Amino acid sequence: MRVTFTVNGRQHEADDVWEGESLLYVLRERMGLPGSKNACEQGECGSCTVRLDGTPVCACLVAAGQAEGREVTTVEGLPEFARRRAGGAERAAGDAEAAAELSPVQQAFIDAGAVQCGFCTPGLLVAADELIERKPQPSDADIREALSGNLCRCTGYEKILDAVRLAAARADETREVV
Amino acid sequence: MEFLRPASWEEALAAKAEHPSAVPIAGGTDVMVEINFDHRRPGHLMDLNRIPELHEWEVGDETVRLGASVPYSEVIDRLATELPGLALASHTVGSPQIRNRGSVGGNLGAASPAGDSHPALLAAGAEVEAESVRGTRFIPVEDFYTGVKRNALAEDELIKNIHIKKADGPQQFSKVGTRNAMVIAVCAFSIALHPESRTVRAGIGSAAPTPVRPRAAEDFLGAALEEGGFWDSGATLTPSLAREFAELCAGACNPIDDVRGSAAYRRRAVGVMARRTLGWTWESYRGNRPGGTTTEGGAPCA
Ligand SMILES: Cc1cc2nc3c(=O)[nH]c(=O)nc-3n(C[C@H](O)[C@H](O)[C@H](O)COP(=O)(O)OP(=O)(O)OC[C@H]3O[C@@H](n4cnc5c(N)ncnc54)[C@H](O)[C@@H]3O)c2cc1C
Ligand code: FES
Ligand code: FES
Repeated sequence: MRVTFTVNGRQHEADDVWEGESLLYVLRERMGLPGSKNACEQGECGSCTVRLDGTPVCACLVAAGQAEGREVTTVEGLPEFARRRAGGAERAAGDAEAAAELSPVQQAFIDAGAVQCGFCTPGLLVAADELIERKPQPSDADIREALSGNLCRCTGYEKILDAVRLAAARADETREVV
Repeated sequence: MEFLRPASWEEALAAKAEHPSAVPIAGGTDVMVEINFDHRRPGHLMDLNRIPELHEWEVGDETVRLGASVPYSEVIDRLATELPGLALASHTVGSPQIRNRGSVGGNLGAASPAGDSHPALLAAGAEVEAESVRGTRFIPVEDFYTGVKRNALAEDELIKNIHIKKADGPQQFSKVGTRNAMVIAVCAFSIALHPESRTVRAGIGSAAPTPVRPRAAEDFLGAALEEGGFWDSGATLTPSLAREFAELCAGACNPIDDVRGSAAYRRRAVGVMARRTLGWTWESYRGNRPGGTTTEGGAPCA
């Protein structure tokens, strides 16, 4: 079957999709968006976390056909998504400067040393970004809760928590300046 | 495989009548795991996400009408006052991503003895509204579970709503597992005090082939509270009474040994959860009576 939906603001289409195929498979293998990772295919690890009409979900548990006509945001779209949310102007596709730019939450993960092998990172970034959008000043309990569906085998989580705190604190400073 | 995408409830019922073996998919948190791991290859997959009324809920005078596909996250955020037991249970399901998709309708469809909504539905009192092109049935939830991962739905039926009694007293849910997130219950327990009818109801999960109500325990406690004048006096519960309730709850179990826990452990854990949740709810009932005081402290945890 054919499925059509919006990914990171752009309409995407895939043909010959098997009816039982997951949104994750279609993103990675048919749409050339391998940012969302495939680790468990059973909802346990969160490395495939994307936003479906704004809501964080495991892309491995959404049937591709269920995404028809909907809006998906993946880690690849976070910089643009964050820019628009902050009221920034839209950039032309292929703008090299824009492509190299990172969203605040991505920058915070790097600055806090929260990335080791990086396999869990895309899912954590999507989940953390949504948390800060929903709760700009999250408590530690909020952060733990929001990231409880994302497993990391490398970092021991402390630096990931630091990164989310850092991203939230920076967002707060920016708001005060504005 | 064919992907069916009914745009309305009527279309869904017609499709299910035409293809009785079609597998409905709501949040997909059970169905997609089975498909990803090749445990299931249905001829038809039927997407329920496009049917608006399945995502709606409505608070009535006595019951809440919960659309089958309303995700757990919404039950937690919007219905914790009317359905405290179910909201607590929902909060223990999987992770935020799972709670954003998974639904009570899906939990009932899967009918796993470990499903977390079941004990809460049993304790609160609920009816499953099942519909087909032939008509509508309201199935009391205790009659809905017919065996391990089996339910009372006919092949052509779909769950439209779950009608759950609004809480008229304190409710609790408790679950044993290895950690807080992402845990399938070793066993689970829910209790609801019903001061209006002066009854107590409970539900046990993952400790028998189906979720069960410990009827003997409910009857014993109901009678003891009535005879002792506890509902009016709001007196502290006698320890022997709580102990007897706990033992009867443990006795209602018919557990198995499996990778998550032994039968003996489950029976014991159900007794402990019964005693604790009864304590928490009773203290809360006493505290909420006019002039009552509560001695409850700290966050309940099992
Ligand atoms: C990582 C992970 C963790 C989990 N943790 C828990 C947990 O802690 N506790 C727990 O209870 N469950 C847990 N689950 C299981 C699952 O999330 C729940 O059972 C959930 O309630 C299923 O809802 P759904 O909408 O996703 O169902 P789906 O997967 O869409 O469907 C489940 C079943 O119900 C049927 N169905 C769905 N809607 C209807 C309808 N309207 N009428 C008739 N049949 C229908 C489907 O055909 C299927 O057989 C977990 C799952 C995962 C992947
Ligand atoms: S790949 Fe989807 S949760 Fe692990
Ligand atoms: S950085 Fe390796 S899994 Fe998290």
